[in-house]
Amino acid sequence: MAIKTLGRRPRTAAAAQASDDSWIELSGLHKIYRPRKSEPTHALSDIDLKVGRGEFVSIVGPSGCGKTTLLKILAGLIPRSGGTVRVAGCEVEGPLPEVGMVFQAATLLPWRTILQNVMVPVEVQRLDRAVYRERADQLLEMVGLGGFEDKYPDELSGGMQQRAGICRALVHDPAVLLMDEPFGALDAMTREYMNVELLRIWKESGKTVVLVTHSIPEAVFLSDRVVVLSPRPGRIAEVIDIDLERPRELSVMASDRAGVYVERIRTFFNAQGVMD
Amino acid sequence: MRPPTVTIKKEPQNDGTAPGDATAAASPAPDPKARPARRRRDLRDHPEWVLVPGVFVTVMLLWEYLVPALGIDEYVLPRPTSIAEALVTQVSDALFWTHMKVTLLESLYGFVIGVGAALLLGTAISQIRLVEKTLMPYIVAFQTVPKVALAPLFVVWFGFGMTSKVVMAAVISFFPMLVNVIEGLRSADADRVQMLKVFGASKADVFRRVRLPSALPFIFAGLDIGIVFAILGAVVGEFIGAKEGLGYLLLQTNYNFDIAGMFAVLVVLSVLGLIAHFIIRTAQKRFAFWAEDNTVIGA
Repeated sequence: MAIKTLGRRPRTAAAAQASDDSWIELSGLHKIYRPRKSEPTHALSDIDLKVGRGEFVSIVGPSGCGKTTLLKILAGLIPRSGGTVRVAGCEVEGPLPEVGMVFQAATLLPWRTILQNVMVPVEVQRLDRAVYRERADQLLEMVGLGGFEDKYPDELSGGMQQRAGICRALVHDPAVLLMDEPFGALDAMTREYMNVELLRIWKESGKTVVLVTHSIPEAVFLSDRVVVLSPRPGRIAEVIDIDLERPRELSVMASDRAGVYVERIRTFFNAQGVMD
Repeated sequence: MRPPTVTIKKEPQNDGTAPGDATAAASPAPDPKARPARRRRDLRDHPEWVLVPGVFVTVMLLWEYLVPALGIDEYVLPRPTSIAEALVTQVSDALFWTHMKVTLLESLYGFVIGVGAALLLGTAISQIRLVEKTLMPYIVAFQTVPKVALAPLFVVWFGFGMTSKVVMAAVISFFPMLVNVIEGLRSADADRVQMLKVFGASKADVFRRVRLPSALPFIFAGLDIGIVFAILGAVVGEFIGAKEGLGYLLLQTNYNFDIAGMFAVLVVLSVLGLIAHFIIRTAQKRFAFWAEDNTVIGA
């Protein structure tokens, strides 16, 4: 079932001009944390990255390499210390309506039903509820939560909650989907199932996805490209094109080629001596 | 709001349709209409249904028969049956209901004023830094004053009528509510706030959609303590100087050595407190249904 894109608000002029081959552009990005009472930390250094429209890019790296920081800068949640960040043609100065985000924990509001949770972006962006209500229903149907609209989050399993979180990130039809270790809290079985689900959702919605993960196999299985960050200060150590056929099944991970990719990234981490 | 029939949270060990397991997540669409069979409630699950009345009956029986057996004077500690008799006598007197109405109104007005003021001030303190910095030292200082000790002052200022008791009830229910409002509005989960911001929420959106709901369990805890304190304040005010009210009636029975009558008034006051507590609890279960019961901050 294809989710139709709504012709809601006209995208900004800049967005319209964004060239199709670079939907996200980072150049010379760096981030220094300056806590009041301790030494400044250089979290990210000289990050140059372009992500094409509809591309699926994963960011992997050891603990504390700044992957989540990078994602939060993309989301407009924290300011950068230098360089430029453009998402969908707009300079990022704060959260953009072109962006949807999925968090480590599902972060659903326990006092709202699943449908009300999914509608949060529609409410705060003052979009037409009636129109987006239909889209929310379609999305819930797509992730297998049809019929759960009126349940409360604590009545759903962790995997179902995270799927509702994905619907929420997509409901306002953003161009870019940012995911911050979205499946880290799930058990291995549910996680694999969610990976397959995510590929299907990505294919059907055609979004540009940037996923942060600490699972190397997950990154290889999902992505067009895997960006490997080195530890502090986080720099791009390597960008690996994942040349595996799509659509992908879980069995692809048993293939030699996938094994080679996983091994290559793992070797890099081992050389750094910092694998979590 | 959620209908009260949803019992899943309280009974996690019910049959296999319970949420929270990987099997439920792995099948894309389990029948949403499948409801966990409502557990048959029997005494094995709720031994307290027998034990609580059991303790009551035992204590009453011991009291009834042991007190005279030990030679304790009925004037010092009347037997439960005498108290029950006194209670019937009180309740059948029209004047008693006037006293009750006066105390109820004093408590209620005081409660509404105290709690309302605490809501407004607590919101301002938690949201506006300058207000917090300016007022917090005074609030901490006032909090250490034993509010009950102010009752004589209020009687001098506001007279023997209802006003002095309303003021007392308001002042005494104000502080526990204030503490809970401030703490509650600060309790919002940082991840939830961040989630709203990512989607473009304004400060007002974040307040309305995350901070306020997060504060609700605390606000109800404040209301719960506040209503009991308001009754306490009204009664203490009546002790100091009044012409009517249950506190006044308590003093009168005391002067007349009608100890059974005193106990009867105490029983009435306890029942009032219990009813008030029950009303607040019922509202809490309806409007803050997602919260655990134990998020209470004391006064």
